[in-house]
Amino acid sequence: MTAATTRLTVPRRRRRSFAPYALLIPSVVVMVLAMGYPLVWQLITSLQQFGLAQQFGQPAPFVGLDNYIRLATDPYLWTVVGRSLLFCFVTAAVTMLIGTLLALLMRAVPAAVRIILQITLLLAWAMPVVAAMTVWTWLFDWRRGVVNWLLTAMGLPFQQHNWLQNPLSFFAVASIIVIWMSVPFVAFSIFAGLTQVPEDVLEAAEMDGATASQRFWRITVPIIRPVISIVLLLQVIWDLRVFTQIKLLQDSGSIASETNLLGTYIYQLGAGSSDFGTASAVSIFVLILTIALSGFYIRSMLKEDAA
Amino acid sequence: MKRVRPARVILSIVGIVVALVWFFPVYWMLNSSFLSNVVLTSSTPTFFPLGGNFDNFATVFQGGTFLPALGMSVVIALVVVAVCLLFAFLAAVAISRFRFRGRTSFVLTILFVQMLPAEGLFIAQYKLMSSVNLLNTVLGISILYIAAVVPFTIWMLRGFVAGIPADLEEAAMVDGLSRTQAFLRITFPLLAPGLVASGVYAFLQSWNEFTVALVVLQDQSSETLPLWLRGFIQASASKAIDWGQVMAASTLVAIPVIIFFLLVQGRMTSGLVGGAVKG
Repeated sequence: MTAATTRLTVPRRRRRSFAPYALLIPSVVVMVLAMGYPLVWQLITSLQQFGLAQQFGQPAPFVGLDNYIRLATDPYLWTVVGRSLLFCFVTAAVTMLIGTLLALLMRAVPAAVRIILQITLLLAWAMPVVAAMTVWTWLFDWRRGVVNWLLTAMGLPFQQHNWLQNPLSFFAVASIIVIWMSVPFVAFSIFAGLTQVPEDVLEAAEMDGATASQRFWRITVPIIRPVISIVLLLQVIWDLRVFTQIKLLQDSGSIASETNLLGTYIYQLGAGSSDFGTASAVSIFVLILTIALSGFYIRSMLKEDAA
Repeated sequence: MKRVRPARVILSIVGIVVALVWFFPVYWMLNSSFLSNVVLTSSTPTFFPLGGNFDNFATVFQGGTFLPALGMSVVIALVVVAVCLLFAFLAAVAISRFRFRGRTSFVLTILFVQMLPAEGLFIAQYKLMSSVNLLNTVLGISILYIAAVVPFTIWMLRGFVAGIPADLEEAAMVDGLSRTQAFLRITFPLLAPGLVASGVYAFLQSWNEFTVALVVLQDQSSETLPLWLRGFIQASASKAIDWGQVMAASTLVAIPVIIFFLLVQGRMTSGLVGGAVKG
C-alpha cells in the first residue's frame, strides 16, 4: 500500500532512465579530453624527468618526487611564490577597498552621477584584456607616455622614466592595471548587495541614536558579508593566477627572471626551456593552491544549487 | 523635500573625478586612434582628437595581418559559441530536469573545472595538442576553449531551464504533445534569453583569451586578435612604434566586446556571485 502511493507521488522523471546520462555525454567528453587528460598527463610528467631529450622521443625516466624536492629546495621558486602571494594580497586588498568605497559612493550620490560612474566602470570592465594592455603600455611608455608627461609637468623627475625596468615599479604598474580592471566587478557586486540593506532599519537605528559608523558596521556589513567574502575569494583566486598582464608587461621590456609570478614561471619552464617535468610540478602546485582556495566558493555555489 | 547637503555635493564631485580617472584609459585609446604619429610623438600630449581622422584605421585594414587574425578570431568564436551552447544546453536540461545518481558529483565537477586556472594546465594542453598534430589549428584551440567555457555555460543555462516550470511542459503533454515536442514548442522559446546570455559569455571568453592561444597558436599565420595585438607590445620594447595604429587596432578589437558585454553584464554578475546577491 505505502509502496504503491510512493510510486504514484514520485514524478515520472525520477524513474531510472538513461536520458540524463546521454545528455551529459558531449560535455563530459570534451572536458575529459581537454582538461582531464592534460591533468593526468601533468600529474605523471611531474614524477618524471621530462626535458628536451624526451621532446625528441627518448623515454622519460621515472624520478618519483625528485622534481618536487628540487623545486622545494630551489630558492627561486620560493621567491616566485612569495612574490605571487604578495602581489595577490596587495592587489586583492586594494581592489576590495576601492570597490567597496565606490559601491558606497554609488549609494550616496544623485542618480545622474551614479549612472556616469556606472557607465565608466562598465567600459573599463568590458575592455578586452590585451587591448587594455596595449593602452596601459602606451600610457606608461617611457618615451611619450602621458603618465611621465603628467608627473614631469607636476615638477617630478620622471622624464624618460622607464617603469618596467625596476621590478618594484613593474609590479606597481601591473597592480594598477589589474586593479583598474577588477574594481568594476567588485563595485557592482557589493552595490547589488547594498540594495538588500533595508532603509527602514537604518532609519530606525539613526533615530535610536546610532552613529553613521555604528550603522555601517553593525547593520550594513553583516548583511553584505556573504557578497564581500565571495567577491574577495574570487579576487584572490584571480590575482594569484594572473598571467596575461605580467606576460605582456614583460614583453614590453623587462627582465623576466626578476618579474616572474607563478603563471609566467610555468610558461618559461615549459614553453621556454622545455623542462616539462618541472613545469608540471609547479602547475600541480598552482592547481592545489587554487583548489584549496576554491573549496569555499564551490560550497557556497552548491548551496545555491540545492536551493 | 531634501535640501542639498554639502556632503552630497562633495561626494558627487568625488564620483565624477573617479569616473574620469576610470574612463581615461578608454578615452586615451580612442583619442590616440584618431591622431597621426607626428602628433603623438610631439613632446606634449594632445588631449582632444581635433583635426584627427580615420587614417590609422585604414592603415590597420590595409596592413595585411589584421584581417587574417580577425578571421581566425571570428571562426574560433563561432565554433566555440555554437558547440558550447549545444553541449551546455543538453547538460543543463539533464541537471535541472532530472534527478539521477551522480548528479551532485557532476555539478561539483563543473564548478571545480570552472575554477581550474589555464595557467595550471596550459603546458600539458600544449603537449596534448602537439601529440595529436592540432597545434595552430582552429579545431585544436576550439576544443580547449569549449572545455574551458562549457562548465560556466552549463551553470548559467541551468538557472534558466530551472526557471521554466516543468508544469507547462506537463500540461502540453496532457494535451497530447510528446515529451520532445512539448520541450521544443513550450520550453525552448522561453529559453531564448538564457541562450543569448550564455552565447555572449562564450563569445567574450573565446574572443579575449590570450594564455592558451599563446602556447597553442604559435604560427603567425594562425594568430588570433589578442596574439596579433601582442606583436605591437613586443615591438614597443625595442623600437618606437606607431601608437596611433596600435590604438586603432585595439579599438577595433574592443568594440564588439564592449557592445556584447553591455548586453549581458547583469547576468554575469549574478552568475558569478550566485546566491550571495538576490535581486
